Amino acid sequence: MTQKKTYFLNMGPAHPTMHGVIHLILELDGERVVNTEVEIGYLHRAFEKHAETETWNNAIPYTDRLNYVSPLINNTGFCCAVEKLAGVTIPERGQYLRVIASEISRVADHLTCIGANAMELGAFTVFLYLMEGREYLYQLIDDLCGARVTTDYTRIGGVKADLPEGFMDKCRGVFPKIRKLAADSEALLTKNRIFLDRVEGVGVLSQADALAYGITGPFLRSTGVAYDVRRAHPYLVYDRLDFEVPVGSRGDNLDRYLVRLAEIEQSLRMLEQCFTQLPDGPVSSTPWEMKDAFRFEDMGKAGSTALLPRCLAKTCRTLEGSSRSKASGIMVQDPVLAMPSKEQVYGNIEGLMNQFETVMWSWGVRVPAGEAYHAVEGGNGELGFHIVSDGSDRAYRVRCRPPCLFIMAALPKLLNGGYVADVVATFGSVNMIAGELDR
Amino acid sequence: MKFETQTVASAQAFAALRQLKAGDYNVLIDLTAVDYSLYGKCPKPMGWERNFPSGGPQERKERFEVVYRLASLDPATGLEGRPRLSLHVPYDEGSVLLSVMSLWPNADWLEREVWDMFGIKFEDRPEIKRLLLYEEFVGHPLRKDYPVKKRQPLIGPKSGELPDSPSFNVVRQEIPFE
Repeated sequence: MTQKKTYFLNMGPAHPTMHGVIHLILELDGERVVNTEVEIGYLHRAFEKHAETETWNNAIPYTDRLNYVSPLINNTGFCCAVEKLAGVTIPERGQYLRVIASEISRVADHLTCIGANAMELGAFTVFLYLMEGREYLYQLIDDLCGARVTTDYTRIGGVKADLPEGFMDKCRGVFPKIRKLAADSEALLTKNRIFLDRVEGVGVLSQADALAYGITGPFLRSTGVAYDVRRAHPYLVYDRLDFEVPVGSRGDNLDRYLVRLAEIEQSLRMLEQCFTQLPDGPVSSTPWEMKDAFRFEDMGKAGSTALLPRCLAKTCRTLEGSSRSKASGIMVQDPVLAMPSKEQVYGNIEGLMNQFETVMWSWGVRVPAGEAYHAVEGGNGELGFHIVSDGSDRAYRVRCRPPCLFIMAALPKLLNGGYVADVVATFGSVNMIAGELDR
Repeated sequence: MKFETQTVASAQAFAALRQLKAGDYNVLIDLTAVDYSLYGKCPKPMGWERNFPSGGPQERKERFEVVYRLASLDPATGLEGRPRLSLHVPYDEGSVLLSVMSLWPNADWLEREVWDMFGIKFEDRPEIKRLLLYEEFVGHPLRKDYPVKKRQPLIGPKSGELPDSPSFNVVRQEIPFE
């Protein structure tokens, strides 16, 4: 009589289909996965410790690196949490800009997830289509904040700059292209026998298990729970937008793919509504003269300060919308909390002092003592920030609740009992982002 | 997002959480800890008195506080029936805090992370090991007495074990910092 033997297979940390560095130890019986152990932490960058050592605004760049596929949502989440603790509401236009930024990022996130998942299952065309769509969005993000991935768009008390010239028209030109690409991909995948065989009924998690594991986002919605932070706890201006929360029913790979696909359309709808609802910032009645920022300095040195208030500084392209006439629409006008606009910094002494006070060592933005938790809907679920302040110039403790961690904790439930080949399909469909998982 | 806040002693935490689970709170949204040992002792920014006429934040008796965040999620509607609950559990070295793994399976990883980062040990659960860091890591980095610039000893093969690569896995002397 032969004895049945199981053996171990290491997948990762560096495996082509492990999105990022994560280590799966699979116990196999032939082709069946008997047991799974997930080892994480290969991308641990001590985000929480770093955030304690940096001033409030300086911690924002670290949040870009959490979910690097949708960094604008992380920026928004962190700043919303700090503002909740400080008890400020940012101007309406600023809120809309944050929603616009978040939703563009969410579309990019879902396109990446679907594209990568399809590529791992052999549908390379879909990957190229969706990456093309993401590229259009990355160019929009580049226009908006000057970087494609390391966006760093929000500030405590608002956003860095207003929309650049012609941004909305550009968006309106891009959205039909993305709809077309998503529709083409759907046509290639949704009724494709090869794709369906790999995803239908594979990687199933029951609704009860998903709730027990604290899973949120598209994953939870694919099991039939219509929980969306934007709907359950509307933040910013989401309560004014009309959108549906797509849900699945089976909680398998196919449903996760379909939910993400439907959410792309909903996000685009939300963006279009934002563009029609976007309130104008205060518009100045006097025509401004544009001058290079360094000319301000020269004029100041030459003593012709009387001319300065009538001029606007031409700063870099990415600061296009941060002029004084617009700053009050996108930033809180609070010298304790928010950065002044660049014209004020270059143009008058109060602005310059204010700028120094917000960036100087041991001055900085001051947030009252206390603690706050604020959650936003990230690409993978509820992205929460728990912030404790003791009134000094930096955070006392920042806790990021990464949605991926909860999904990865439930990964053995998804994989055990399946085939080893399905590990790739399932792992791709849950959209693990190592930057967020390991922080 | 509205929160109700409750504070319970660490000995009663498990019973309180079990009761909440039996009530409406079916999802453990988050479990984390805060080290309050330097709370209110951090260097203050200039002019901080203006923000705190009453003298600033109060120091705490217990060093740590473990925070459980619970939600009562209705699967049918996808909405939360009650405000979220955050349960604060003061904890000091030597206190006993029972694991809630039996109530919510995701507590396993969250407790491992809290152990990893704060050295808070949860009782009544299978052996606890680090989640994000490696087993040879010395100390618990999110404690306030862990220096930001601390260096960790280089790890290599255990003594007597041959390195699998002569150049890669050799234990070198610790490089003194600064």
